[in-house]
Amino acid sequence: MKQDFLLLKDLVKIFGSGKEAVTAVDKVNLAVKEGELITLLGPSGCGKTTILRMISGFELPTSGKIFIDGEEVTNTPPNQRPTTMVFQNYALFPHMSVLENITYGLKIHRKKEKNIQERAEKIINLVGLRGLELRSPAQLSGGQQQRVSLARSLIMEPKVLLLDEPLSNLDAKMRESTRLEIRKLQQRISITSIYVTHDQEEAMTLSDRIVIMNAGKIQQIGTPQEIYHYPLNYFVADFIGKANFLVGRITKKHSKNLVELEVNGIFLRVYIKQDTFQEGEKVFLLIRPESIELEPKKPNTLLGKVQQTIYLGSRLIYKIEMADTILTVEIGDPQEHKIFLEGEIVSVNFKEENLRLLPYEEIKK
Amino acid sequence: MYIKNRKLHEIMGNLKLIWKEPLLLLSILTIFYFLITFVMFPIFQVFKASLIVNHKLDFSNYLAIFSKRYYYQPFFNSMIVGVYTATLGMIIGFVFAYALTRTPLPFKNFFRLTATFPIISPPFVVALSAILLFGRAGTLTPYLNKIIGNYTIYGLGGLVLVETIAYAPTAFLVLYGILQAIDPSLEEAAMDLGASRLKVFSTITLPLSTPGIASAWLLVFIQSLADFGNPMVIAGNYRVLSVQAYLQIAGMYDTSRGATLAILLFIPTIVAFFIQKYWVAQKSYITVTGKPTGSTIKRLEWYIKLPVYSSCLIFTAIVFLFYGTIVYGSFQTLWGVNPTLTIKHYIEMFQVAKDYILDSLTLSSLATPIAGILGIFISFLVIRKKFIGRGAMEFISMLTFAVPGTVVGIGYILAFNQKTMLLPFIITGTAWIIIILLVFRNMPVGIRAGIAALQQIDPSIEEASTDLGADSSTTFRRITLPMIAPAFFSGLAYNFVKAMTAISAVIFVVSGKWNLITVAILGFVDNSRYAQAAAMCNLLIVIVLVALGVIQLVVNRIGKGVRTIDIIG
Repeated sequence: MKQDFLLLKDLVKIFGSGKEAVTAVDKVNLAVKEGELITLLGPSGCGKTTILRMISGFELPTSGKIFIDGEEVTNTPPNQRPTTMVFQNYALFPHMSVLENITYGLKIHRKKEKNIQERAEKIINLVGLRGLELRSPAQLSGGQQQRVSLARSLIMEPKVLLLDEPLSNLDAKMRESTRLEIRKLQQRISITSIYVTHDQEEAMTLSDRIVIMNAGKIQQIGTPQEIYHYPLNYFVADFIGKANFLVGRITKKHSKNLVELEVNGIFLRVYIKQDTFQEGEKVFLLIRPESIELEPKKPNTLLGKVQQTIYLGSRLIYKIEMADTILTVEIGDPQEHKIFLEGEIVSVNFKEENLRLLPYEEIKK
Repeated sequence: MYIKNRKLHEIMGNLKLIWKEPLLLLSILTIFYFLITFVMFPIFQVFKASLIVNHKLDFSNYLAIFSKRYYYQPFFNSMIVGVYTATLGMIIGFVFAYALTRTPLPFKNFFRLTATFPIISPPFVVALSAILLFGRAGTLTPYLNKIIGNYTIYGLGGLVLVETIAYAPTAFLVLYGILQAIDPSLEEAAMDLGASRLKVFSTITLPLSTPGIASAWLLVFIQSLADFGNPMVIAGNYRVLSVQAYLQIAGMYDTSRGATLAILLFIPTIVAFFIQKYWVAQKSYITVTGKPTGSTIKRLEWYIKLPVYSSCLIFTAIVFLFYGTIVYGSFQTLWGVNPTLTIKHYIEMFQVAKDYILDSLTLSSLATPIAGILGIFISFLVIRKKFIGRGAMEFISMLTFAVPGTVVGIGYILAFNQKTMLLPFIITGTAWIIIILLVFRNMPVGIRAGIAALQQIDPSIEEASTDLGADSSTTFRRITLPMIAPAFFSGLAYNFVKAMTAISAVIFVVSGKWNLITVAILGFVDNSRYAQAAAMCNLLIVIVLVALGVIQLVVNRIGKGVRTIDIIG
């Protein structure tokens, strides 16, 4: 397996010029392994689609380089790149049948008719479009159109498959089943893929690794678990999953991996993965809602007042008022717990091994 | 049986609904009366005049036309001009539309404005300019003589040249809409799968715009066939139907022969119109959503840029040359002889042609709002109401759009120089006949604008009003009208332009008492007084531009953020 199968080096894209210049992509570096599925995840306008379009060749980078399988393609026109794209709106050719859509690329490359037929046969079976070959795109459901679009790209056996929010036009149920299918398919033919989405659940279920982006910059690269459990900064922690942030100060460093923290007059011990914090430093304490336990009021504990109780069947959400912040607390399987009433004072326990420290930063809300 | 009953039930239900709204019923009946009297009846009269001689059915007119070259030649000539013009116009229109939608051509707005300018100018200005440039005393004639030898601008070549310049903008507007509606991601997808620029064009862009290309071709073909002003000025001995029909009636006083020629003009036009509307339009893959599409592929090879850009530049230069010549020519003492600059033509124009200018302004100003209101109201009925005859109403009102002006003009003199059951007054020779003619000739513009606007408005907004207790007319006044106001005013603007520049139909119904500026210009051209004609053309263009500007201001004020509706095609 090649390590740097797709390589982005110091990629920069600036749209417009002068006062109206907008930096859409800011010094992005990324190495994708062969057969890996990477999602680019971020809010709209974060530059993820621009990166995809630069890999496909529809946009030229302002500076930086792109390599695919060791070969530089930075300035190669899109029709000569070993990449194919699945478009957000599928971009099926309305004047061609399903089969004609799927075989378009092979015909353009003047492959032998027999070869085209064999490959079409294979791919149609693979994505489950048998029997629909002669329909026109307008006669297909959204999910079927999506498969045609996927088949049309896959049949080219590209070195890198690009997917631009391919599920965003499907309804919620279809989206869930299709993303599992895409994942299975991708692993079966082990094709290197870049997947752009703004849906974190999609990114979590699909990806080998996730690239979190904001304002043109990469915030963090990691597996779904790493991203969720060890976010590097406030943005990532806030963007992925639900999170509570408390402001604290490091009072003592016990060792490289263990510090003592003061939050609202209570002292906590927190494990840190990397030794990047100093004594006396102001930090964010990140607590996931499922890492908080509530108990009836006890002395010498953090106390909070139940502001709101939201019952969701499988889960129970509390909003707990504590000093000047509101904590969100999530309890799994409410049947096994005592349900606190609104207005009740409770003891708030943090599972210490699940606490994380993040560098403090001013948050613009 | 059951289905039949249900259908009957539905019809009865609709009838009941209409009975409950007598105002709606009354307006439907009134509009049908207007459409029958002022649209169908005149056309019927033309047919009658060509088929009935001395109160008997008689095919002698047709036999004469098919046996004498003098009569049938114009038919073929018209078709030849139409085919050439449509083909050239379509190609120019396509190149322009492609450049504006698919390339990073600089100064796009400038090119778009120039490309559409001939649409708002009087139809024969281009012909007049061609005479000033290439006629016997033309500025460029000596140079061209050196290159291609002796030639004459009067005839097929000149006519195709001026009609191409005059009508290519129509093709451009149609194709611009079509190309804009093609999702650029389709072209990107093709390129992504390995297609070269040329392949993308031949396998995606071209097939997807084929219905649009056919539409554009047919529309230019229709306009070319119906054109009267340009061939009148520049066709010379090359006889075409519209001019011959007019000459038969105005020169030879042979109404039945003129009517027969008009029918020959009517038939191919109407066939082309139906092919365009009911066949080509339905083959379209593109649903025009009105959504502006995203960016297109920005990288473009020089071998595409070079021909596309230079074609745009050349056509734009020609437009500038032709209209510049009109301006320049209007200030010359005597074109080709005495180039001293003077303003005497303008002074003369106001002395001699003051009445024409005033008549044109008065009659157009009266006709425009009527046509606008009627148009928007018909579009409302057709799109939003269910009633028996709705299809017929749409059909008849759009018919006037396709019928050549010559046919309508002849129809009007035949239909309204006598009292009839439909109209118990004689209106020939009055201002009324001109106003009515202008109203019903230009109404389809308002209808199209109205339909386009209404289709963008969710019917549930109107249903909400009805649900809250308003009746049809209140809903229309309080809800629908304010929402379609921008479309109404855009339609109004174009209506006014068409009224001011009309010639082919109105030339039959003008009189000593009520005459029009376009007819006066044609008279000047006929007498070779080109400078005066040019001066009047300029005045006309200025009036039209001012009117457009004023209405644009109104639209901007009332319709913030509302898209203006394209009004051509």
